[in-house]
Amino acid sequence: MLAKRIIPCLDCDLGVPGGRVVKGVEFHHIRYAGIPWELAAEYDEQGADELVFLDITASHERRETMANVIEKVATGVFIPLTVGGGIRSIEDARRVFNAGADKVSVNTAALKNPELVNALSNRFGSQACVVAIDAKRRYLRSDAELKHAEEDGREIVDTANGKCWFECSFYGGRVFTGIDALKWAKEVEDRGAGEILLTSMDRDGTKDGYDLDLTAAVCARVNIPVIASGGCGLPTHIREVFMHTEASAALAASIFHYKEYTIKEIKQYLLDNGIHVRL
Amino acid sequence: MAIIIWSAGMIAIVDYGMGNIFSIYNGLKRVCDRVMLINTANIADLRGADGIVIPGVGAFDDGIRHLKPFSDSLLAVVESGVPLLGICIGMQLLFEVSEEGEEQGLGLIPGRVVRLPSFVRVPHMGWNNLHLHRYSELLEGVTESDYFYFVHSYYCMPRNNADIVASVDYGVQLPAVVNRANIYGVQFHPEKSSRKGLQILANFVERICKC
Repeated sequence: MLAKRIIPCLDCDLGVPGGRVVKGVEFHHIRYAGIPWELAAEYDEQGADELVFLDITASHERRETMANVIEKVATGVFIPLTVGGGIRSIEDARRVFNAGADKVSVNTAALKNPELVNALSNRFGSQACVVAIDAKRRYLRSDAELKHAEEDGREIVDTANGKCWFECSFYGGRVFTGIDALKWAKEVEDRGAGEILLTSMDRDGTKDGYDLDLTAAVCARVNIPVIASGGCGLPTHIREVFMHTEASAALAASIFHYKEYTIKEIKQYLLDNGIHVRL
Repeated sequence: MAIIIWSAGMIAIVDYGMGNIFSIYNGLKRVCDRVMLINTANIADLRGADGIVIPGVGAFDDGIRHLKPFSDSLLAVVESGVPLLGICIGMQLLFEVSEEGEEQGLGLIPGRVVRLPSFVRVPHMGWNNLHLHRYSELLEGVTESDYFYFVHSYYCMPRNNADIVASVDYGVQLPAVVNRANIYGVQFHPEKSSRKGLQILANFVERICKC
């Protein structure tokens, strides 16, 4: 039986020589969780099913640094590696694949140029092409707003907090696009994406749990695997997302970086609660 | 020009341009001192190999076309008894035909390659455990509670059930490991399946290729 995947996310600050994994920001100071390849080896040892590396600096001159990081990880860690942040072209993708990455994740570049999804999946295969979608709830508070959204052809979801649609953002949630995230999910599947990394911008960083409505809505619309992301603060959040949605994987960062729980502990908890994981 | 001195125990990876081979190279290097990449420039060196690995990700027709320059040497070496391990698309290319394409496969294992059913999420992506059908040295030390990393949209259907070593449950019971004489195929990626995956590579190198 296919196991639900637990994926630690390593946000990499490549401005530091060699690169560092960011743990969080406290009192305006960036705190680091460790050196990427050391942390990667530790998470593999704990039973991580996959690793996602995000270049949070994403500046052009540091592209080579990310390739070096991946190369160091891939010589010692034999699980799937996904790289995201700053992948804008086939050439950017080729660089990290040659370094040992298995998948690239694109967000901004795909929204600006959807053909990139076709190009990546044609060239490297669907399995290597992950589209990251950062979605935010847009509540429809009045009949007029609802009617307007319907006329715009929005995919409207009924949540416990009212009806809403979901808007795609990029540049880490700083820019909103007006693009309907649920429609975009279907479109990227049609364009050849092999997986969707779905982050709730309402929940990201809150530790309040995944956005189950968003996750369920995307899972219902596509037939490719969906990774739920944004809001994980407790093991029970992972249990919830697997119990209430068809997500194939759950991604989390701080819960692992702050060593609140090991991956092994979380997997044992999930197993005890009837969720099928690899232990 | 590099001079290669042939010594016992050489594993050749066919580098035919289907996906990155960095991981399989690293994985095999963990379990074998002498791993060589075979490309169109050094095909003749296949004759010195004690074991051959066809890795890769991608589409069937693309794969078989990229493999064409190698196929005569490959078939001759395999005919002489050298073990061959196909991984993922490398496994599918061992069969006769695929629903994914028009080209003829290598035909080393009778059977065909078909699409995953539409009622499951495609690709089949993630860690899955195996159902063991029969003994094979390739799976020495592997149990039904070990997990391996799969990512594929098509699967192999051998004509002879005896060729199936292990299967995996993903909507259907599909073959995960096949073996016919010196020909082996795995649908999952041992080079991405952590310790148990490396164990399978070690089994191939040490127990099957006797390196």
